[in-house]
Amino acid sequence: MDLTLWTYEGPPHVGAMRIATSMEGVHYVLHAPQGDTYADLLFTMIERRGKRPPVTYTTFQARDLGGDTAEMVKTSVRDAVERFQPQALLVGESCTAELIQDQPGALANGMGLPIPIVNLELPAYSKKENWGAAETFYQLVRGLLKDQIPAPGTVRSPRSPGARPKVNLLGPSALGFRCRDDVTEVCKLLGEIGVQVSVVAPLGASPADLRRIPEADLNICLYPEVAKPVCDWLERQFAMPCVRTVPIGIGATGDFLQEVGAALGVDVSMALRPEVVGSSDLWSPQLHGGSTERACSRLPWYSRSVDSTYLTGKRVFIFADGTHALAAARIATAELGFELVGLGTYSRESAKLVRAAAKTYGLEPLITDDYLTVEKAISDAAPELVLGTQMERHIAKRLSIPCAVISTPIHVQDVPARYGPQMGWEGANVIFDTWVHPLMMGLEEHLIGMFREDFEFVDGHQSHLHTGGPQSPESSPAAVVHMGTTGHKDQSWSQEGLAELGKVPFFVRGKVRRNTETFAATKGIALITAETLYEAKAHYNR
Amino acid sequence: MGCDEPLTLLRERGQREVFCGLTSIVWLHRRMPDAFFLVVGSRTCAHLIQSAAGVMIFAEPRFGTAILGERDLAGLADANEELDRVVMQLLERRPEIRTLFLVGSCPSEVIKLDLDNAAQRLSQRYLPRVRVVSYSGSGIETTFTQGEDNALTALVPLLPSSSDESLLVVGTMADQVEDQLYRLFNQLGLPRVQILPPRRSTDLPSVGANTRILLSQPYLSATTRALQARGAQLIGAPYPLGVKGTTAWIQAAAAAFGLDASLVQPHLEAAQQRGGKAVARYREQLQGKSVFLLPDSQLEIPLARFLHQECGMVLQEVGTPYLDRLLMKAELDQLPANTTLSEGQHVDRQLERVRSARPDLVVCGLGLANPLEAEGMATKWSIELVFSPIQGYEQAGDLAELFARPLARRQRLHL
Repeated sequence: MDLTLWTYEGPPHVGAMRIATSMEGVHYVLHAPQGDTYADLLFTMIERRGKRPPVTYTTFQARDLGGDTAEMVKTSVRDAVERFQPQALLVGESCTAELIQDQPGALANGMGLPIPIVNLELPAYSKKENWGAAETFYQLVRGLLKDQIPAPGTVRSPRSPGARPKVNLLGPSALGFRCRDDVTEVCKLLGEIGVQVSVVAPLGASPADLRRIPEADLNICLYPEVAKPVCDWLERQFAMPCVRTVPIGIGATGDFLQEVGAALGVDVSMALRPEVVGSSDLWSPQLHGGSTERACSRLPWYSRSVDSTYLTGKRVFIFADGTHALAAARIATAELGFELVGLGTYSRESAKLVRAAAKTYGLEPLITDDYLTVEKAISDAAPELVLGTQMERHIAKRLSIPCAVISTPIHVQDVPARYGPQMGWEGANVIFDTWVHPLMMGLEEHLIGMFREDFEFVDGHQSHLHTGGPQSPESSPAAVVHMGTTGHKDQSWSQEGLAELGKVPFFVRGKVRRNTETFAATKGIALITAETLYEAKAHYNR
Repeated sequence: MGCDEPLTLLRERGQREVFCGLTSIVWLHRRMPDAFFLVVGSRTCAHLIQSAAGVMIFAEPRFGTAILGERDLAGLADANEELDRVVMQLLERRPEIRTLFLVGSCPSEVIKLDLDNAAQRLSQRYLPRVRVVSYSGSGIETTFTQGEDNALTALVPLLPSSSDESLLVVGTMADQVEDQLYRLFNQLGLPRVQILPPRRSTDLPSVGANTRILLSQPYLSATTRALQARGAQLIGAPYPLGVKGTTAWIQAAAAAFGLDASLVQPHLEAAQQRGGKAVARYREQLQGKSVFLLPDSQLEIPLARFLHQECGMVLQEVGTPYLDRLLMKAELDQLPANTTLSEGQHVDRQLERVRSARPDLVVCGLGLANPLEAEGMATKWSIELVFSPIQGYEQAGDLAELFARPLARRQRLHL
C-alpha cells in the first residue's frame, strides 16, 4: 500500500485506451465499473478529440456482482462488435474487474466472432500506463502477425535493386508528447534521404496497416515507451532491424540519419548539412521556394550567437519520461551550454538508461514517481530552469522558477494548434524557443536591475511573458470601515460589505469594487454593504 | 402548476458515462479544510480524482490514495497493517488534520476490506486529536454526487443529540452563497440555523426530534434517511436554483416554523427583483430553445425545472442517474406533463436519441462534450454546475448565463 497524492502515470488499461484511441478500426471492451469512464475525458478534453474513444465499458455495479457479470461482458462485446464494426477487438479489464476474475478475453474468444480478438492481461496492481500501452501494442501486433511469422532461420530477402527503402515508424500514440507533429517531421527527414515511410503505428493505423509491418526494410522505434517490446519482437521473429536513436536535438537527429543510412545502405551525407547562419536566413526564393528546399535548423546558430551568451552555465533540472529526459540532457548540455543540476525520470522501465546518463553528467539520478520527492530535489538544487512534465511546471511555478514542458503527462496546452514538433531539425527550433523564452532575456536582466526603484515596477514582472507580479492591495478586509477608492466623498464600506468583497476572485475584485462605489455614489449610498454590492452587480449585469 | 399526468419515464440499463462517488472529494475537501480524504483504492482511483478535478495546482492536496498493491490483495491482515502504517505516515505529515475520512473504492469493496472497522480502530488510537470516519465512494455503489451523500451519512451517527428547535441545512454550497442565504434566514428570525457539512469538520451540528432538515442539494438520499432515523423532519421543498426555486425553498423553511408567507415575502422582495432582472436578460436568449440533459450529478431535474420555468426552455429529455421520488417530489410537480424523464443510462442509445432530437443545447459530461460539439451540437458541460456557485437569488443570473454562454458563443463566432 503506497500513499499517493498525485500520479505521473495512470493505470495500465489507460495505456491500452491510448493504443485503441490512436487507431482506426479497433474497439476496446473494458470490463470496469462506471467511474472508470472518466478516462474518456483525457482524450476528449486534453486532446480536444471530436470522437469518443472507441471504448465500451461494461459498467457493472455492486448488485451485479452476485449475479452474472460474465454475461455483461458478452453482451457488451456483442453490442460493440455490432454497433462499431471493428476490424479487431481488444478485450480487457480494469483494476476492479481483475479481482472478480471473469476473464473477459477468454469469454470473448469463445463467442465465435468473425474478427481477431486480442485478450489483454494488464496487471493493474503492479503495472502502469506506459507499460500498458506497450503491452497492448505488442499483443495487438503479435495477434495480427502471428500467421506471418517466418520459420526460424529464414533469411530476409534483400531489397530488390532500385527499390526505394521502406521503414515503419512505431510508437507515436494518443496522449503522447507532440507525436502528431513529430511524425510529420520524421517523414520529411526520411523523405530527404529517399526513404519511404510505410506504416506509422499505432497513431492513425488500422489493423490492416499493422499486417503490412513486415513489408518494410526497417523499424524505427520512435517512442520506446510504447514501441520497444514490439520492435524487439519484430527483430526476433521477423529479423527486422531497428533504429533506436530518437531524433530529438541536433546531435541526435544527425546520429539518427546516420543510423538509418547505415542500416539501409543509403548515403545521408547531404542531409547532414550545416545549419542556417546569420544573414543567409533572409527570405529568398532559392532558400524557401519550391521543392528543392532543404530543411535545416536555426538552433546551432542561435545558440552560438552572442545574445545567447547569457545562457552559458544556466542551471537546469530535468525530470521526464525516459526518452525525453535523456534527449533533453544531451541538448541542454551539448547544444545550449546549460549546466545540468538534476536528471530523473518517473518511468521505472527507463531507470537503467537514466542512471547511466546521470553518471556521465556527474549527477545522482532521481528515479521516483512521488512528485513531492521531485519538488524537494528541485528546491534543493535551486535551478534556473526546470524541464519537466506538467507537474514540474506547477512545482516550478510555486518555486518561481522558469519552466518548459518536455514530456507526458500532458495537459491541454501541450497539444498546440500550431506545428510544434520536438524531433528533427524543426523540432530543434521549437525546443530552442520553448526552453529559452521562459528565461529572463539577456538584456532584460539588466533593465530590471536599473528600474527596480520605480513605482511602476512590479516584482516578478517579465514584460515578454505577460506575467504581472502578485496582486495584493485589495486583499486585507480587516478595517472596520474603509474609505472608498474611487474618490467619492462621504463613502465607506461596512465590515460585512468588505468581507463580501474579499470573497470575489482577486482578478475581478478591483473592478467590482470600483463599480460598486460608482453605483453607490449615483444612488447616494454612504455606507456600502453586501446588499449594495449585489445591487451594483445586478445593475451592471443589465 | 402541478401535473396530473405521470411523466414519461424511461428506465435505462447499459453503459453509464458518469463519474463515481470519489469525485465528490473534490468539493468536500475544500468545504472542510481541516479534513483529509484518504481513498483506499487503486491507481485508477488516484488518476480519476486528479483527472476529474484537473488538479495539479495544489502544493499538497488534502486528499490522496492509499494504492493497493499485490501484497495487500494476498492477505487482508497485511492490508490492515499497511493501512495503519499509511495513516500514521499521513497524520505525522499533516498535524493540522482533525478528521480523516477513509474512503472505500471499488477494489476495497470487492476484496471486502472493512474500513468501518479500520476507522474505529484508528479513531481509538488518534482521538481526541483526529477522528477517523469511513464511507464508500466506490463506483459499483455510487455515482458522482452520491459520494457526498455517503460522506454526510457517515457523519450522522457522530452528531450530538439535542431537542432544541433548529433548522439544519444539508448539502455543500459555496461559502459565499451560504452566507447570502443565512443572512435571509436571520432576517426572518428563524431559530438556530445549522449546517451539514460544517466548515470545520469538528463543528458538528446537533440533531433531534425538533430538527427540521432543509436540503440544499438534491442528491442526499441516504443522509436524509439517516437524519430522519434520528428524529429529524424533512421539509419538502424544491431546491434553491433560480428565483422561484430559492423563494419556494425559503418559504418552505419558514412555513415549517409557522411563519406566514406574507410576512416572509417583504424580506425577499429586493433579492427577488435583482435575481429576476438578471435572469430576464438570459431568458431572451434561452426562450424557446430546446435542451437535452444527460444523467450526471442528480442536479438535472431541478435544473430542468429552472430552465423550463424561468428561462422558457423546452425540455427534450431529462436524464438522472437515479430517481428518488421523496427528494424530487416538489421538483417533479413543477415539470411540464409531457417531459420525458430517463433514469439510469445506456449511453449509446441515449446519444442516438440526442442525434435524432438535435437539441439546441446538450448538458453532458466532459467525455461527451467535444464529440457532440464536433457533430454540430452546442453543449454545456455539467461538472461546472457542481463546482460553481449557482444557488440562491444572487446567483440565479449566473446560472442562466452558464446555459446561455455556449449559445452566445456560437453567435459570436464566424468560422
